[in-house]
Amino acid sequence: MSTGNNFWTTIKKKYSIYLILIALFIVCSLANPNFLSVNNLTNISRQLAVTTILALGATMLIISGMLDLSSGSVLALAGVFAVSAYKTTGSLFIAIIVGILTAVICNIINALMISTFKAPPFIATLAMLTVSRGVALLFTKGQNILQLGHFTVLGQGSIGVIPIPIIFLVVIAVFTWYLLNHTRFGRSLYAVGGNEEASIASGINVHKVKYTAFIINGIFVGLAGVLFMSRVNAGLPNGAINYEFTALTAAIIGGTSFSGGVGTVGGTLAGAFIVGFLDNIMNLTNVDSYMQQIVRGSIIALAVIYDIHTRNRRANSMLGRIADKGATKK
Amino acid sequence: MKEQVKLRVSKIEKSFPGVKALDKIDFAVKKGSVHVLCGENGAGKSTLMKIINGIHQPDSGQIFIDEKPVKINNPIQARTLGISMIFQEMSYVPEMTVEENIFLGNLPVNKLGSVNWKEVRQRTNELLRAENLPYSPTTLLKDLTISDIQMLEIIKAISYNSEIIIMDEPTSAITLKEVEKLFVKIRELQARGVSIIYISHKLDEVFQIADEITVLRDGTVVESHPKEELDIETVITLMVGRKLTTTYPKEQVAIGEAMLQVENMNSPNVFHDINFHVRKGEILGFAGLMGAGRTEVMRSLYGLDARTSGVVQIKGQEVTIRNVRQSIDHGLVMLSEDRRRYGIIPMRSVKENTTLAYLKKVFYNFRNHKKVEKTIVSDMLAKMRVRTPTMDTPIASLSGGNQQKVVLAKWMIRNPDILILDEPTRGIDVGAKFEIYKLMTDLAREGKVVIIVSSELPELIGMCDRIYVMAKGTITGEINREDFSQELIMKYATGTLTSDGVN
Repeated sequence: MSTGNNFWTTIKKKYSIYLILIALFIVCSLANPNFLSVNNLTNISRQLAVTTILALGATMLIISGMLDLSSGSVLALAGVFAVSAYKTTGSLFIAIIVGILTAVICNIINALMISTFKAPPFIATLAMLTVSRGVALLFTKGQNILQLGHFTVLGQGSIGVIPIPIIFLVVIAVFTWYLLNHTRFGRSLYAVGGNEEASIASGINVHKVKYTAFIINGIFVGLAGVLFMSRVNAGLPNGAINYEFTALTAAIIGGTSFSGGVGTVGGTLAGAFIVGFLDNIMNLTNVDSYMQQIVRGSIIALAVIYDIHTRNRRANSMLGRIADKGATKK
Repeated sequence: MKEQVKLRVSKIEKSFPGVKALDKIDFAVKKGSVHVLCGENGAGKSTLMKIINGIHQPDSGQIFIDEKPVKINNPIQARTLGISMIFQEMSYVPEMTVEENIFLGNLPVNKLGSVNWKEVRQRTNELLRAENLPYSPTTLLKDLTISDIQMLEIIKAISYNSEIIIMDEPTSAITLKEVEKLFVKIRELQARGVSIIYISHKLDEVFQIADEITVLRDGTVVESHPKEELDIETVITLMVGRKLTTTYPKEQVAIGEAMLQVENMNSPNVFHDINFHVRKGEILGFAGLMGAGRTEVMRSLYGLDARTSGVVQIKGQEVTIRNVRQSIDHGLVMLSEDRRRYGIIPMRSVKENTTLAYLKKVFYNFRNHKKVEKTIVSDMLAKMRVRTPTMDTPIASLSGGNQQKVVLAKWMIRNPDILILDEPTRGIDVGAKFEIYKLMTDLAREGKVVIIVSSELPELIGMCDRIYVMAKGTITGEINREDFSQELIMKYATGTLTSDGVN
């Protein structure tokens, strides 16, 4: 009723995720003194950079009503290709290009299956998950590629005090934010995810939107692959398993709605850091690794229930106003 | 007998966050009578019905059945109290059969919990026979037409032996003939002593079927009278709270040269031999029964559906329209009949929905020009008289009429030459309807072209300069304004008459 109430509900709705992140940060600092150490924080951020970059790509896709289950596997494929390109040519630049190109091609195939041939995103990218992991293992004959030399600078190096992966992450996050908020493509992403048929009827080139989203996702995944292999100082064909789920978790916790049309860069960043802090503090406090999985899963469940719950409340309040047009989709 | 009150609600109040939906509603329905609820979108009709059906709980107030106070916590409880509701958006499972849908949630089971399908089949057959419906119990729902399904919903309500049946806009998707069938059914039910609460925007129908009429406005009962004491004009005035001068603000404007010419357009099994033209300043109507192919022709012209042949000329130039983008670039836009499916992005803001078809107007030089966007949107919303709390409100939380106006605003900012409106006034209130008619008139005066597809003949007759009538996928008649009559249109629409002069 009162405006004060409305104000607080808006604040709560808009910023609750950031409040949770801050609260978690404080709790973690109190729970274990090592958490706040520079060493630990740079370590977390190096690890987090990779999954967060994946999460930003995932956010874009989920906003447009799609999904990418293949990002972890494609990351590994792009990573091992980049590593071997570096070993042959000795050029970091060529390695990065090879990594990006590999992931972009995989994602164009994803888009082809989904947009052109109308395959459900879940199944199409599940297929890509399996195939790209297979190619990575075939190409390396299942062996890790070792002794990368200077290649490690991307994942392990710093500029000043700032780890290089974090610089990549910041650039990519700003880029994604800009895309979503300041480009026709971004606006179209939300529209396509919110109602694809209405978007077509409004003259939006839905194919182009979907292909573009996957290509950009490919660039992110390729870079993440290079950063990952560089940080672990090896080309691991079996690396980054289940990273796609960490990315999805971050996006979901960050408020990206699987019904499409809703999601923000800020939310996903917060979601990714919440997941990262939790993992870290559980490691620092020696929580059993099996237990960690249970905690993670429960958080996903809670985040989704919260999302649906707030959505229903909105729908209910709509019902009152719309009255004549039942707004619930039952 | 007729004076016995079956259902009474007393001082019902209900608030939703930020809005008072119902304010001290008193309302009584007599046994065996048809009680019509009228009101604009957002007046509270559906909320009141959902309270009676147990979907919503009132904040305060009391419901009485046969003058005994009852508490209705959910629709199942409502059903045991003899109340059932037929929704505007029908609830059915397309992949299930007729019999499964009728007994959904009410399947007869034995002690072990397994379904007695024999009984289901037998009772379904009885019901179908009793209501004279031609389909079999094993027909899948997706193979039936909307009106068949509507009838089925009514059967379902009857199968519960309901004493109070609530019908929310039951005729919004069915043809005139089927409306007659529905009314016969309602009369039958009435004779059995069933009370009907009937919600409708179609006032001519209301006056055909009603015994009593209650008008709601802004969550309160304005007035409640037996039908004999009211007429259409009065009801409209009560609904909108102001007097509307004329129902159709038609103006005669100068008709110019040909703007759009369609020749020999075909799409196998959908429509064939479509030829028509429209001139600057004209409002052109497309009449026909449901399934005549009117929407399909327009969708194809607009580039939403494919066609096998057809030449389209705009302003004398032959144009290629293979997709919606090309169509929009040629100044031809279309408002779809299904707003929620083809019109709105529900969770996005009014602002984003308004600029959706003209993004390059607000995104250029590598950024979103928020100020420009705000100005464009707020000007257009004001012009279209859209009522919304802010332009950042999700469009789904607006009333149907206001959503429709936003979708229209989306096209108006593109300043189109040719505007196709497919059932633009379906399910929206009188006030919004009038504003849409006004907009059509304004566009015609500016020398634009409006093509309107409608199933409401009075609307076509009131607004158009010329009407094409379609039947079975082709144009069967062309009528000029001076010759308009419902009878003539219906003759062409039912295929009993075909004019030779059509080209």
